[in-house]
Amino acid sequence: MIERRPFLNVVRHAALVVAVALILFPVYVAFVASTLSFDEVLHVPMQLWPGGHLLENYADVMAHGSAKGSSAPVGRMMINSLIMALVIAIGKIAISIISAFAIVYFRFPFRQTVFWMIFITLMLPVEVRILPTYQVAADLGLIDTYAGLTMPLIASATATFLFRQFFLTIPDEYAEAARIDGAGPLRFFKDVVLPLSRTNIAALFVIMFIYGWNQYLWPLLVTTQESMYTTVIGIKRMIPGGDAAAEWHLVMATAILAMLPPAVVVLLMQKWFVKGLVDTEK
Amino acid sequence: MGAISLRGIEKTYGRAPRANKVIHGVSAEIADGEFVVIVGPSGCGKSTLLRMVAGLEEISGGEIEIGGRVVNDLEPAERDIAMVFQNYALYPHMSVFDNMAYGLRIRRIPSEEIRARVDKAAAILELAPFLKRKPRELSGGQRQRVAMGRAIVREPQVFLFDEPLSNLDAKLRAQTRLEIQKLHGELRTTSLFVTHDQVEAMTLAERMIVMNAGRMEQMGTPDEVYHRPATTFVAGFIGSPPMNLLRGRAEGLGFTAGGQLLPLPAVAPREGDLVMGIRPEHVEIGNDLSAAAWPLRVQALEMLGAERLVYGVLGDTLFIARLDATMPYPKAGDIVSIHAAPAHLHWFDAATTARVGA
Amino acid sequence: MDKRVHFRSPWLPYALVLPQIAVTLVFFVWPAAETLYYSVLLQDAFASKVQFVWFDNFITLFQDSHYLASFKITALFSAIVAITGLALSLLLAVFADRVLRGSSVYKTLLIWPYAVAPAVAGILWLFMLSPSIGMLTYALRGFGIDWNYYVNPGQAMLLICVAAIWKQISYNFLFFLAGLQAIPSSLIEAAAIDGAGPVRRFWTIVFPLLSPTAFFLLVVNVVYAFFDTFAIVDSTTQGGPGQATQTLVYKIYQDGVQALDLGGSAAQSVVLMVIVIALTVVQFRWVERKVQY
Repeated sequence: MIERRPFLNVVRHAALVVAVALILFPVYVAFVASTLSFDEVLHVPMQLWPGGHLLENYADVMAHGSAKGSSAPVGRMMINSLIMALVIAIGKIAISIISAFAIVYFRFPFRQTVFWMIFITLMLPVEVRILPTYQVAADLGLIDTYAGLTMPLIASATATFLFRQFFLTIPDEYAEAARIDGAGPLRFFKDVVLPLSRTNIAALFVIMFIYGWNQYLWPLLVTTQESMYTTVIGIKRMIPGGDAAAEWHLVMATAILAMLPPAVVVLLMQKWFVKGLVDTEK
Repeated sequence: MGAISLRGIEKTYGRAPRANKVIHGVSAEIADGEFVVIVGPSGCGKSTLLRMVAGLEEISGGEIEIGGRVVNDLEPAERDIAMVFQNYALYPHMSVFDNMAYGLRIRRIPSEEIRARVDKAAAILELAPFLKRKPRELSGGQRQRVAMGRAIVREPQVFLFDEPLSNLDAKLRAQTRLEIQKLHGELRTTSLFVTHDQVEAMTLAERMIVMNAGRMEQMGTPDEVYHRPATTFVAGFIGSPPMNLLRGRAEGLGFTAGGQLLPLPAVAPREGDLVMGIRPEHVEIGNDLSAAAWPLRVQALEMLGAERLVYGVLGDTLFIARLDATMPYPKAGDIVSIHAAPAHLHWFDAATTARVGA
Repeated sequence: MDKRVHFRSPWLPYALVLPQIAVTLVFFVWPAAETLYYSVLLQDAFASKVQFVWFDNFITLFQDSHYLASFKITALFSAIVAITGLALSLLLAVFADRVLRGSSVYKTLLIWPYAVAPAVAGILWLFMLSPSIGMLTYALRGFGIDWNYYVNPGQAMLLICVAAIWKQISYNFLFFLAGLQAIPSSLIEAAAIDGAGPVRRFWTIVFPLLSPTAFFLLVVNVVYAFFDTFAIVDSTTQGGPGQATQTLVYKIYQDGVQALDLGGSAAQSVVLMVIVIALTVVQFRWVERKVQY
């Protein structure tokens, strides 16, 4: 073991512990704030140990939202976020995997064009096409609908690329054996390709779920009614201009709620998540 | 100078109660300039032993001395050793020259001297045309030579080789083996060479250490290990095809193995439960079907051009005999008699597996 | 891109790519085309008068001191976020890689901030650094620093930088850790035997081998700073005070959605598109090439 100086090891551990503490500090503060009453949370400096209003605050904010700023109940917002995240994650995976399958396993005219078209979407995040995309959504009557929240975000080049790369590593022998066995392409897809892609799908699910849940700009544009707000934009809406006026204990409770599902997904599926992140960028 | 001394070396992983002891008290003295091969099956601890000498693994028990200095607490860089790894471990982003010069630059050796040493090593290893290339532009054999060059230029007291030939194809392996022998002849640096291939061990070693499950079974010259194996493991491991080993009971002039009484030409060194060993090339085949014969039921033959291998069953054990191609040979289904001269019989204690007798 | 085996069907492949192409055409290509179109037009907010002006919008843009300031701000912001973020996460990854025990625990604890929305990250830091009730504000005051980012442009920039870096550290950390663990230990051992100490080993062996990862992360971080940070800016400073934190993306939003300047914001979008395309090309051409040993 090279350089087994125990002192160095202690230093490393200390630095890591400090880093973890710094990373977790804002979340801890938010958690504590979410357990305080309105007066306690406004007290300067705010206390660093949890207060006694945890259940009360969360129940309050889930049912009634905040009295200042937007008053949409957070419970409703969580459901919107959940629907958005799930539809985007599942939708992206579904349409990407069949596109990748088509591109890899078929030869057809315009295949290259299709490939390049998908590639361009990589270079067009929503931020560079804000107004026209909004216009299209409005024209199609998608404002304030779940479809409007999800459909424009559902085409994903990264997922398609990942699947394509993966499919290219599947030995040709599988496809040949399938053809000899008389299986058509769809059968082959369902019985061979799909099961083989399980880990990739799991990995992508985590990333896409988080992506969908954490969307900000697009839901901001496409929702006008409070009943369609997602949690992430809902928090911002709870802070009317001038920060002292917000009900911070409720805002922080909402923030914790907003962080919870993605964090849970990451922690439960950490293995796939790490693999997925590293693979999508290769 | 570069002598190595291993005294009671032990290695344990983990802590009680889940401690795993992988090396049990290995001791050996290696003279300056000697080429010693550590050979054994996978997992026997040979690489671990080598890495302890290198300083890449901590020594759980015992002492290691290099050139008269106890090195247990010294970092690898301080032990004056050089190592050739199985996967070469060449720095991929540096040229061949820089790979070889790296260690020298760290030691602040003047650049003219570095140039001289690298050129000399490159000449010996025929690497001169490749000095500016990167490792990924070289073949496996060339990369291996660069790895050796990196070790040579350091002019250390000891060379450590960790299965360096395992990643090469058969022909290249044989070639490189010869090169290593030639190199040793020129440089005469103390060398420890780890391999699982007993042919490599037999051809390269001046002495070898045969290891099994963390224990040193025998240390000796190839001749000693081949002709006087110290345990049944060494007997069965060294030599191809392997020595025939028969478990049985020796009583007077008879040895009963697998339900078959085998009359012995001379008394066994001891009575009792023993293992008898005979090398396939020491077996003679005849047609004597008297009671004094050892009957072999022939099952198969392998024709290898210059020789033939006869596979059969003696008693209840598979038995192999090697015949020169000029000799008459039986066919499958025959029953023949086999015998061997008393000097070619090896005897081992059945319980301790250690050699008994001469 | 070619596989030996191909299925044949006149209609199936089209059916399979249809959903993706449909969404791409409707929500990507068409709006992008419209953006390009708007950028060369001059029209009022009600589109009653439309005038084709070629590159006038662009020229106006680049002569606009606000726009150029926005460029500078975005550049500064990306530089700070990328460099600080990369340096810190590299340090942590090196430590986590060498620690004998518990590296997986640290890994778990350090990567989950990836799950936090940028908007939420902004709000967390907003809360702690709020000029009136923030606890860090209080602590800073104890050090004699008067913290009020509503008024102090430098502090506003610091706020969004801190929030952005906080969120990005886990992503960088993950990649650096993976990169470090991909370096064969025999290379490190060979270097140690050659006499290199830990610092020298890091700079002469580890870092060069890590440089493809570092470069890739640099590009990703710059893209992140340009685009994904819209939420951070909107949830904290809204581009203020004045225009101190008005990044390019934020300006597009303000000019387009709030001020309804279609031509100007479209022109800005086109400029941003060019930048993204350039960055993506760099990423695919250069980075993918260099990851090869």
